[in-house]
Amino acid sequence: MRPEQGTMQSRAQAMAALLELLTDQPVIICNGFPSREAHKLADRPTHFYMIGSMGNAPAIALGVALSKPGKQVIVFDGDGNVLMGMGTLATVGALKPKNFIHVVFDNEVYGSTGNQPTISNVVQLEKVARAAGYVNVERVLDRDDLVYEFKDMLKKDGPSMLLVKVNEFVEDAGRVALEPPAITARFMNAIE
Amino acid sequence: MIESDVFVQALENLGVNFFTGVPDSLLGGIIEELLTRKLYTPAVREDEAVAMAAGAYMAGKVSAVLMQNSGLGTALNTLISLNMIYRQPCILLVSWRGFEGKDAPEHLVMGETMPQLLDTMRIPHRTLSEPTMMDDLRWVGQTVMKQRIPVALLIKKGIIKGLHP
Repeated sequence: MRPEQGTMQSRAQAMAALLELLTDQPVIICNGFPSREAHKLADRPTHFYMIGSMGNAPAIALGVALSKPGKQVIVFDGDGNVLMGMGTLATVGALKPKNFIHVVFDNEVYGSTGNQPTISNVVQLEKVARAAGYVNVERVLDRDDLVYEFKDMLKKDGPSMLLVKVNEFVEDAGRVALEPPAITARFMNAIE
Repeated sequence: MIESDVFVQALENLGVNFFTGVPDSLLGGIIEELLTRKLYTPAVREDEAVAMAAGAYMAGKVSAVLMQNSGLGTALNTLISLNMIYRQPCILLVSWRGFEGKDAPEHLVMGETMPQLLDTMRIPHRTLSEPTMMDDLRWVGQTVMKQRIPVALLIKKGIIKGLHP
């Protein structure tokens, strides 16, 4: 297991714990296995499953957050995605949307393409977010800390980043069954 | 030349209420006007701008993205793997650097090949001119809502009054 010692959770376990704390908040989920796993764990109309456009999940969420300041917007992201769209950390940090919570499941690999290493074992992404201007930033390893910090972020003004170290385990989850235009239409209706 | 405030007002009349993008000198006047009207959210990359506009669209806005044509290259994957397949409309206001080979070297290849590139990506496009401005904008508005994909309005040098006359 590559990630930091003591990390026992899989991404799906961490995601399930967070989904239990969410109800009707818009959730933008990055491409690859995270979208498939979220779809399998709890498919909600408020979920936007991004299947392409790697690196862009927080930018999509930022567009939603700026246009719907009354709704708390959540991003489920990965380390490879954050590294690809790192400029968006600066945009979020500069614009400071209060209703923006960025969860990064960090397994230190490009899991959807065969576990090639990323560089997040060297570059601590939550520190980059902090430097870019995110207001609340936490790095967690176990489930208790994850739940505690996420509950806390739901109560606070953001932008917030919760980086959760996860192992490389991938849930047996098929592709998202919905067609992309149906995902758009359903999401738009649900967050209206 | 079209005044920047006239152009921005025409876009607002069309219903556009979320503007983002990355600047170009040819778009300087438009962006200044948008900033004055507090309508502009700056992005750091064109793919980010397109994705932000997609999020705003899904949250009920009518969005437009400003960029230099070099940004089409940066935004390409987002335009096709987000907007096109998810049916998310977006008005692209693209400055045509390198038009007829009269520009700095880095603009020449994109300046020459951009119409073919847009055709290959199946992004409808039209080039803005002063006498046809209202018709051009009407076409953009109708096409973007009917097809629910990105539609590009190409802006050459000297069409809209910029920061430097």
